Amino acid sequence: MSVNITLLVIMGALFAAGIYLLLERSLTRVLLGLILLTNGANMLLLAGGGGAGRAPLYAADIPAEEYSDPLPQALILTSIVISFAVTAFMLGIIYRSWVLGRQDEVQDDIEDRRVASQSSFDAEDDAEVPLETTEFTPVEEAEEAPGAQRTITGTKTSKPPTEDR
Amino acid sequence: MNIANLAPLAVVLPFLGAALAFLLIRHSRSQRAVSITTLSVTLLIEIFLLIDTSGKGTTAVFIGNWAAPFGITMVVDQFSALMLVVSSAVSLAVLVYATGQGMTDGDEDGPISIFHPTYLILVAGVSNAFLAGDLFNLYVGFEILLTASYVLMTLGGTTPRIRAGVTYVVVSVVSSMLFLISIGMIYAATGTINMADLALKLADIDHATQMILHLMLLVAFGIKAAIFPLSFWLPDSYPTAPAPVTAVFAGLLTKVGVYAMVRTETLLFPGDRINTLLMVVAMLTMIVGILGALAQSDIKRMLSFTLVSHIGYMVFGLAVSTVIGLGAAVYYVAHHIIVQTSLFLVTGLIERRGGTANMDRLGGLAKISPFLALLFFVPGMNLAGIPPFSGFLGKLGLLQAGVELGTPLAYVLVGAGVLTSLLTLLVIARVWNRAFWRRPEDATHPDPILMATSDDGSAVRNSRRVSKHATGKFAGRNPVDLLPRTMVGATAGLVALGISLTVLGGPLFALSDQAAQQMLERTPYIDAVLGEGATEAAGATP
Repeated sequence: MSVNITLLVIMGALFAAGIYLLLERSLTRVLLGLILLTNGANMLLLAGGGGAGRAPLYAADIPAEEYSDPLPQALILTSIVISFAVTAFMLGIIYRSWVLGRQDEVQDDIEDRRVASQSSFDAEDDAEVPLETTEFTPVEEAEEAPGAQRTITGTKTSKPPTEDR
Repeated sequence: MNIANLAPLAVVLPFLGAALAFLLIRHSRSQRAVSITTLSVTLLIEIFLLIDTSGKGTTAVFIGNWAAPFGITMVVDQFSALMLVVSSAVSLAVLVYATGQGMTDGDEDGPISIFHPTYLILVAGVSNAFLAGDLFNLYVGFEILLTASYVLMTLGGTTPRIRAGVTYVVVSVVSSMLFLISIGMIYAATGTINMADLALKLADIDHATQMILHLMLLVAFGIKAAIFPLSFWLPDSYPTAPAPVTAVFAGLLTKVGVYAMVRTETLLFPGDRINTLLMVVAMLTMIVGILGALAQSDIKRMLSFTLVSHIGYMVFGLAVSTVIGLGAAVYYVAHHIIVQTSLFLVTGLIERRGGTANMDRLGGLAKISPFLALLFFVPGMNLAGIPPFSGFLGKLGLLQAGVELGTPLAYVLVGAGVLTSLLTLLVIARVWNRAFWRRPEDATHPDPILMATSDDGSAVRNSRRVSKHATGKFAGRNPVDLLPRTMVGATAGLVALGISLTVLGGPLFALSDQAAQQMLERTPYIDAVLGEGATEAAGATP
């Protein structure tokens, strides 16, 4: 199989630039990176199909090796259509993101940050359990305070500051 | 007539339904009728397919009658037929749930009308991926379902959804790119992309090259299946989508990745060269995922982490790669699709009834709605693997396979599996204690809707009575039914389906063992696609 060196060099450059852009924080650059990556992958498919030959239109007197391989081209066509749709969609949500918050950057996950910053102490799980954990209060207290024992566990333990948001 | 020839309908019907639903975009009632009918018919056909294949074994359908390595092939074996039935049943339940939600909230216009066509396209993509007989068709199936999922993920275009959607889209596109690149390299190395043909030809090429191709495919599928070092995107993006969308994503999308991994491991690259790697990855996925779940206070995020964690069990079965192990993994995939989806649907109900899915703000739901508590309890215990539920049966099979393998690493993996199961129970118990058992007043910031009472002092059933008192979510809004019958009914149906996995445990395990047997043998698949005796012919040539 003959390999076209120009194709390979261009492919390498597309992949390198694509990955570099993908690691940026600006969404537009990420999108550009994805476009370059797709084109790099398409080039790879093309290179994988072997050297160029005759158009694959069947004629009885031409041996099979002289045709170029039509399959990679069909695959590339499909992949171009798919990446076109995805690029259009990405542009749409990048625009939406800009309309909503004048943001063109990858945002942090706020809930994730919050969970990461909270202390490992959990008021419900880790608070001291009173020796007497029964839900049944003594007869004389029962009338004014049903379930009093539970309220004690809830209020008397000091809550860590991060619990309040 | 051969029933297996109906297999392409599993892809074509949802597409036709999607087209019709798109035309009916202004008529929400007929749109709902179209999509529900389409999915019901698809499910019916797939049940016939499953019955047919469980008797006859693997069959291949050649689209347009082009012979195997050249044309598009669809292959139905026990594994793919089982996946088709489970996925369609789950999508039908979620569709009914979503329809109920849409009808109750009166989202007649607006972007929600795009939900039905997109949803059907998602189902078509999932079916296509399960049926694909060549790698590129698998790629196309992935792209169909992913593109539909991008739209569903960002439905409505609110700030949190756009933020999560961007991450999700970029990660998915990168994984698809990896997949496409590996297809290109595999084609360059072997000159074919038909999976049965590849199964014969990949063995002939250089070992180092094989390993590169193998690992590239695994990374691409690993991102989609959310396996530990590649799972970071999932808990970040899933929880923000609407409840039915998260439910169907959690149930189906990661499992398509697992399905592709199983095919790669059994059909394309058999042998145990990377089983050690897979075992380590499975262990890390289980442990890291469940530890992440322990830290969460939002139920949806917590469930997303348990989703990641339990993918580890499936990789466990795949890594052991004996008939018992793989069979248990197949059963576990079916179990997990149903259970994880029902848990997300129940969380959607909790969010409606309690006003939030945050555990710090919930309480007393067991008293307010005992049936909701039951609906959460059953799949919750099922996920944790408490007997007699299907989670227990699946985990038992996996642990048995691990012990039978008997290597030190397998024992570590068995230990990790048990630990993860216990931690899952702890996580579920935490939700149960907080959202259901404690009194609403004990919550850190109880949601006003939980404290609302009707005039006679009893807890309220729907906001027709709440809206007079409430100050929070329902103030100034039209009264809505908090727990509409359709939504509760769909959830209950799915929970019942989860229980039926136990009732039908015997036949199902027999089926999944048979599927595993055939996948490990490989010849049934290859012979079905390339014709009788293709395996021996290839074995004779080199």
